[in-house]
Amino acid sequence: MSATANATVAQDHHGHDDHGHHHKETFITKYIFSQDHKMIGKQFLITGLVMGTIGILMSILFRIQLAWPEEASWVFELFLGDKYATDGVMNPDAYLALVTIHGTIMVFFVLTAGLSGTFSNLLIPLQIGARDMASGFMNMLSYWIFFLSSVIMLSSLFVESGPASAGWTIYPPLSALPEAIPGSGTGMTLWLVSMALFIAQSLMGSLNYIVTVINLRTEGMSMTRLPLTIWALFVTAIIGVVSFPVLLSAALMLIMDRSFGTSFFLSDIYIKGEVLAHQGGSPVLFEHLFWFLGHPEVYIVLLPALGITSEVIATNSRKPIFGYRAMVASILAIAFLSTIVWGHHMFVSGMNPFLGSVFTFTTLLIAIPSAVKSFNYITTLWKGNLQMNPGMLFSIGLVSTFITGGLTGIILGDSTLDINVHDTYFVIAHFHLVMGISALYGLFAGVYHWFPKMFGRMLNKNLGYVHFWVTAVGAYGVFFPMHFIGMAGLPRRYYTNTNFPYFDDLADVNVIITIFAIITALVQLVFIYNFIHSIFFGKKATQNPWNATTLEWTTPVEHIHGNWPGKIPSVYRWSYDYSKLNKDETDYVIAGQDFIPQNVPLQKNEEELNH
Amino acid sequence: MTVFLIIVVIALLGVTFWQMSKILKLSKTGHEDSTQVANDNDNKNQGYLMLGFVVFLYIFMIYSFWAWGDFYLPEPASAHGVDYDRLMFISIGLIMTVQVITQFLLYFFAYKYKGAKGQRALFYADNDKLEFIWTIIPVIVLAGLIIYGLFTWSDIMNVEEDEDTLVVEIYAYQFGWKARYSGDDNTLGKANVRFIEGTNIVGIDKSDSYAKDDKVTTELHLPVDRPVLFKFRSQDVLHSAYFPFFRAQMNVVPGMITQFSFTPTITSEEMRNSEFMVEKVNELNQIRKERSKELVANGDVALDPYEFEYYLLCNKICGISHFNMQMKIVVEEEEDFNSWIAEQESFGETLKKEEEQKVSSNN
Repeated sequence: MSATANATVAQDHHGHDDHGHHHKETFITKYIFSQDHKMIGKQFLITGLVMGTIGILMSILFRIQLAWPEEASWVFELFLGDKYATDGVMNPDAYLALVTIHGTIMVFFVLTAGLSGTFSNLLIPLQIGARDMASGFMNMLSYWIFFLSSVIMLSSLFVESGPASAGWTIYPPLSALPEAIPGSGTGMTLWLVSMALFIAQSLMGSLNYIVTVINLRTEGMSMTRLPLTIWALFVTAIIGVVSFPVLLSAALMLIMDRSFGTSFFLSDIYIKGEVLAHQGGSPVLFEHLFWFLGHPEVYIVLLPALGITSEVIATNSRKPIFGYRAMVASILAIAFLSTIVWGHHMFVSGMNPFLGSVFTFTTLLIAIPSAVKSFNYITTLWKGNLQMNPGMLFSIGLVSTFITGGLTGIILGDSTLDINVHDTYFVIAHFHLVMGISALYGLFAGVYHWFPKMFGRMLNKNLGYVHFWVTAVGAYGVFFPMHFIGMAGLPRRYYTNTNFPYFDDLADVNVIITIFAIITALVQLVFIYNFIHSIFFGKKATQNPWNATTLEWTTPVEHIHGNWPGKIPSVYRWSYDYSKLNKDETDYVIAGQDFIPQNVPLQKNEEELNH
Repeated sequence: MTVFLIIVVIALLGVTFWQMSKILKLSKTGHEDSTQVANDNDNKNQGYLMLGFVVFLYIFMIYSFWAWGDFYLPEPASAHGVDYDRLMFISIGLIMTVQVITQFLLYFFAYKYKGAKGQRALFYADNDKLEFIWTIIPVIVLAGLIIYGLFTWSDIMNVEEDEDTLVVEIYAYQFGWKARYSGDDNTLGKANVRFIEGTNIVGIDKSDSYAKDDKVTTELHLPVDRPVLFKFRSQDVLHSAYFPFFRAQMNVVPGMITQFSFTPTITSEEMRNSEFMVEKVNELNQIRKERSKELVANGDVALDPYEFEYYLLCNKICGISHFNMQMKIVVEEEEDFNSWIAEQESFGETLKKEEEQKVSSNN
């Protein structure tokens, strides 16, 4: 309670200079074309969750096919219809379309926009002490272009020739030639248009986040006092600005190859009895361009999750995050390295083997900052007073899957070892654990932690516990066995493995994986229920339910335009003064309260530390 | 296997119902727990669950290695494959060590330091020495791995072509493979998709004198212990030539020629009769037999018993039938290979035959 008191005192101290922005809001300006960052954050989150539900449902569909290949199921009839599931048996083209769109939706629409879009919008202004984003209008445009891009991506599911089905990496020539696969017709065109819009929205968002963090920090909020969430979101935005435009250029070149007869990526092709006129292009060029975004994209997905985890673990451990400067340095190192490792996706693409050596070197370097981060998380737990809120559980889960998935990266990042596990299920296991599940855990941790800030109500914690534990068991149940079938040389993106008798003994494992996947997917319904129910009927939140130090908890529970009713609070300390003792070590600095909000000035009985 | 499956499902459902019942109980008592913030009781329960989870994780990992460890491919059938496997096992050993230690610390700390009223967390923000240690250890270990890996990589990828090397073209198309042997001159004739016509399915240039003795086959036969240099060419889209038993893979890219070289060391016959493979094939045939019973009961055709052959498969998404794009590989003694290749028709012979046919049809 005294936290609230302190915050109010601080505000009173600065007087009530109202910033006078109280024009009347209509339903449309408040809920639809809102320029308020908190509302835009919620819009990103809800759109992301809707897309996530679709993406996960798709994965369940193709998992059913993999476990019980070519068996008829009412599930297919229901979701795919007669066209894609003749007599209830999934068609191979439907399978490829599902894996393609599943990948696209989860990577871009859920884990990029849904994660960094949500929390950058919600947290950047609130945690740095700003009234709103630098450009509210651009922020609004960013969301609506994202929305449009989502609608176009989903509409591609309903075109006659089927959605894009060349894999989410859309390597040409497969993605360029409708003769090669039906999905490369209108479906692919819509995919490219959707992604071009997606990139545009991502750039608008990112530029906004960068400018806001640089220019709109409140008095006293130096860069070294920023919460790690902001550091992570800030650096994520920078990586996005550096790498997304490259994907746009790749997409544009692909559009030209498809529609205007250019040959950036096509050469010497004979298909359906005809030689194509394209000459002189190279698919390897596309791979370079794609992965120049594609790899940083992994960190665009992951860094916000790690940032959220830093915040949630520190708050719930009632301890400062261990090694703040090392954490910031790791984020920066990861960001820098992430832009020079893309070639590890291409060790066997036919590029010069010498390049393979270089990329092995840079790739394995990334393990160092990642290891530092993991050790720092574990040390933060050490001798803490862990408050097991659902957000905390998901954060601990994230550290766990980040380690498990990250370690196999040492195998895949080694050009030699990649030769025989490249594009097998080993890769699927690796990246789903390290970026898929970890980033989803980060998303959930963020939602459980900041739900009170978003909706003014609490999520039900017991449903949160059920959600976490079943998901935790299920996620390992799905992805750990995949390492082994990958080691057996089972390629990814196979509609069925029955054409290779050598894989017959892997069938049981595929059944186990699918059952875990179904259970894990079903338990997400508990979350969805909790989410929707709590928005309307959740327990009303107090101002600072987790006793956190950061500025967002000094704003009133009810959202107001401009965030703080009075003057923006000033900042006097870093964001991790948890359980700090007074000079005599008799009690906490503020007696009886184990945290000191950032807007509380340095106390007389307190030692100033440089972090 | 099925038993394990059922146990897992029941256990998971058990956890779910247990938690559900707890929720119901908690929602009834209401007042004391209305904040939705974890209280001491939650901290205690969740702390114990953390401990339980790490036990589950360990058991699951051990079970996986025990039950599925033998999925790992048999001993490598190529010269460089031995180095590959050694590096792989060192890496797996290393990462599993780190995995076991860090996961234990993570969940054990989560259990040990679970919150309680009056418990005071340690304000511990920094320790340069500690951080130096856990930066430098990964640096050293990774440096070792990188250097070892890079030596192996350059050994594998730097192809030294000498007279003894057999040059074979692997030609990929939607959805199959062809092999082209370079014949007596050991030089592949020029080729381009623009020459594809009739029986000339891989587009060999008729005017190239090196092309006459080239031989196009649908099976890949390789003499044992002789280095093979593969040149890969694709007709339409990206494919990837994956030789799992030889620890070899290279993408096949339209518009360019990629290459990979290895020396097969174990003949198909030897591999088939190896202890690992005999056992594996028995097991597979058991599975196939049981599946056949079901199939026959449903009025389908029974599955053929399986006999091991090396295969080459496509490992880069290439279209609708990507999942069934394979080629049989036979590794055999030099003499057997020689007599097999002698039986194959050369490109020159194919052309001659075609011309004769044309002439006879014109008459």
